[in-house]
Amino acid sequence: MGKVLVVTSGKGGVGKTTSTAALGAALARGGENVVVVDFDVGLRNLDLVMGAERRVVFDLINVVQGDAKLAQALIRDKRLDTLSLLPASQTRDKDALTIEGVDKVVAELKEKFDWVICDSPAGIERGALLAMRNADVAVVVTNPEVSSVRDSDRIIGMLDSKTLRAERGERMEKHLLVTRYDAGRAARNEMLKVEDVLEILSIPLLGIIPESEEVLKASNIGSPVTLNNPNSAPSRAYFEAARRLKGELVDVVIPMQKGGLIGRLFGRRVA
Amino acid sequence: MNLFDFFRKKTTAPVARDRLQVLLAHERSVIGKSDLLAILQEEILAVIAKHISVDRDAVQIKLDRGASFSTLEIDVEVPLNAAKLSRPAGGTGVAASA
Repeated sequence: MGKVLVVTSGKGGVGKTTSTAALGAALARGGENVVVVDFDVGLRNLDLVMGAERRVVFDLINVVQGDAKLAQALIRDKRLDTLSLLPASQTRDKDALTIEGVDKVVAELKEKFDWVICDSPAGIERGALLAMRNADVAVVVTNPEVSSVRDSDRIIGMLDSKTLRAERGERMEKHLLVTRYDAGRAARNEMLKVEDVLEILSIPLLGIIPESEEVLKASNIGSPVTLNNPNSAPSRAYFEAARRLKGELVDVVIPMQKGGLIGRLFGRRVA
Repeated sequence: MNLFDFFRKKTTAPVARDRLQVLLAHERSVIGKSDLLAILQEEILAVIAKHISVDRDAVQIKLDRGASFSTLEIDVEVPLNAAKLSRPAGGTGVAASA
């Protein structure tokens, strides 16, 4: 049985889709069988970031409504055969997603894959709730910026109350992924430090992804950054985050942009 | 900018952290308890309506949150001929601390 992971944030534009693709590809490169699922019905983009936009035939809603078999809708990545994509519908209304339909599709995906990574739409509405509903693990993507931190706090509250795990009284495993981090600006007190965000949100740290040109370069050409340039600073941070998701203990380091200097975040370990 | 200011550069991240801490402490306590302000507005309006006829839109409720205490401000605009009972007419402002 695979694990269901939701990548969520509340706020839009913080890097959910980028992180879904990068973490999915990083796990798949480590030999795990991974499917990334786009829950952003009407505003799908995971296909584009993954470079599979011209291969979409059927989508999540087709499968939910029984118009296509799951195997027909899944798109196998051309670079990595352990990585698959289930795209969202671009034309349909998000009300076409039903709770029963989503539960059934996710259950089927769990049978086939080690990891089912659900890319949540922004907001706290139906689409975001459906994306987190079946999750065992949540990755909360946060920028070191006030509105993103506030929205993440709200989403953490929903993960603890509006998911199947919460309804069953089970613990929801939550991890913080800080993206677009600029260690230099944080050191100059121009940007919230990771420690500040951690203290405010109080969930364990999964990783710190530095602000980097590589992220845009990778999405420009339709490749997860971890495949496009595996040795870049953001990719290394995503690979380490993926290892932590698998339960390995890896020290979190603050990635520095210039000179490749790596600062140790006083031996902080994550769950 | 004098020399003293130059050495004590103003930084913004600590302000962000403090604002978030105050805000989230409040939001966490309120979420799940439904909308306190909406309830207050309804109940206060009902009490006022017992004695004077007021326009629903003429009741303004504001909450100003601080670190240690918050201020609840209720502003009721009473039209000249509104009195159901014989009361002096005119604008009334009521402020209360919560």
